[in-house]
Amino acid sequence: MIPPAFDYARPSSVDEAVRTLAGAGDEAKVLAGGQSLLPLMRLRLAYPELVVDVGRIPELRGVREDGDTLVIGAMTTHHDVIADPLVRRHAGLLAAATATVADPAVRHRGTLGGSLAHADPAADLPAVVLALDGELVAQGPGGRRTIPARGFFVDFLQSALAPDELLVEVRIPKADGWGFHYEKFHRVAQAYAIVGVAALVRRDNGQIAETRIGLTNMGATPLRASAAEHALSGAGDPDAVARAADSAAEGTRPARDTAASPEYRAHLARVLTKRAVLAAAGMG
Amino acid sequence: MTHISVKVDGTTYEDDVEPRLLLVHYLRDRLGLTGTPVGCDTSNCGACTVELDGAAVKSCTVLAVQADGSEVTTVQGLAHDGEWTGLQRAFHEQHALQCGFCTPGMIMAARDLLREHPHPTPDEVRQGLEGNLCRCTGYQNIVLAVLAASEQEVTA
Ligand SMILES: Cc1cc2nc3c(=O)[nH]c(=O)nc-3n(C[C@H](O)[C@H](O)[C@H](O)COP(=O)(O)OP(=O)(O)OC[C@H]3O[C@@H](n4cnc5c(N)ncnc54)[C@H](O)[C@@H]3O)c2cc1C
Ligand code: FES
Ligand code: FES
Repeated sequence: MIPPAFDYARPSSVDEAVRTLAGAGDEAKVLAGGQSLLPLMRLRLAYPELVVDVGRIPELRGVREDGDTLVIGAMTTHHDVIADPLVRRHAGLLAAATATVADPAVRHRGTLGGSLAHADPAADLPAVVLALDGELVAQGPGGRRTIPARGFFVDFLQSALAPDELLVEVRIPKADGWGFHYEKFHRVAQAYAIVGVAALVRRDNGQIAETRIGLTNMGATPLRASAAEHALSGAGDPDAVARAADSAAEGTRPARDTAASPEYRAHLARVLTKRAVLAAAGMG
Repeated sequence: MTHISVKVDGTTYEDDVEPRLLLVHYLRDRLGLTGTPVGCDTSNCGACTVELDGAAVKSCTVLAVQADGSEVTTVQGLAHDGEWTGLQRAFHEQHALQCGFCTPGMIMAARDLLREHPHPTPDEVRQGLEGNLCRCTGYQNIVLAVLAASEQEVTA
């Protein structure tokens, strides 16, 4: 279908984009890669009056280091995230999970920032950035602010961004020395996850010292599997990991839809957590 | 209306378009390049795949205004003087199509795949074409065609 009519702006700097958004109130939408927004507009599930295309703002693209942190521009495409040597070296979990997103053509257009700002609990990257303890930097009329991933995903398709704020970059603490794995369960090619588990594991003397687990599609927002993270401390063999992974669905509220019941999703969270942690710990 | 300038299959076009016009409709309805079909409403099928500045994209999920200043290659821009590319020949020789509806998108996606993996494994071919659906062939001959093209070291 054809999207509803809208006005179009293509600012060439972040400052200009923020001014344009501020002038438009609630009726404007940022257009990043368009791989979520344009399908919604074609189905007439979204009808902004003004579309602010941030695709031609060079400062929003690319990856750089800032001490112990990787800084990824919001408009860096999935394709470029996967290929980036800094991401591969210091945030391998993000590269691995991004490679499971959609298909190559969608990954050429879709962006990390768009994926996070969209705040879809079924999308892969929100849970990954949550597991990586990332921070999101937003710029609005009042300047910049930094939002921890834990506070960014507010509700289904709702982030902490105000309508006049632009997500400008994603800051990820380097995860050097952590094993990682993203375990995605879906039934057909290019489909969204029914459940996904992002795991980071730090080992010490053969035992698991610390684990961070992000859950995809286990509630209205991406979640950390805090009970399982806690229970995994000190696990030294696959049986201990399996026992600890039994608490992976604690505190979650998965949805019922055509793909799965809440009970089935809880089962998947436990099984996939076990697999993801074993793989991340090199015990698989 | 927004003014755009786009180079499509080697020819530069200047046009005023509504911002909501999708690139695929610009190609088909404005430029008459109907070799690029529309197969779905949900960005899933990949039939509309073209190259935008050298990278495969789903042209139903790009606005024409987003292509302003860019270069687009459609399946109609591949042959030179009526001579098919090696990849096109491989699709023909391996019987990689039945109704042909998915073929333009398959070929554009396969070019992208061969740029990233010049000598792909069968599994890499399947992964690379994951965004393109075919309702006829069962994919087997499409995979064979892409593998055959890569063995001939055709750059497509
Ligand atoms: C066929 C298909 C399959 C897919 N499969 C998957 C999948 O398996 N896993 C997955 O995770 N995703 C999947 N996606 C979604 C894809 O990853 C999108 O790229 C992503 O969700 C949105 O990124 P975008 O840059 O395209 O954002 P857009 O579509 O441009 O924007 C999405 C939303 O975020 C807002 N926004 C974007 N950027 C900013 C910013 N910088 N500041 C403020 N607001 C902003 C927009 O206003 C809009 O509301 C799929 C998409 C398609 C079409
Ligand atoms: S027409 Fe189906 S993906 Fe574009
Ligand atoms: S040949 Fe008919 S859809 Fe692929």
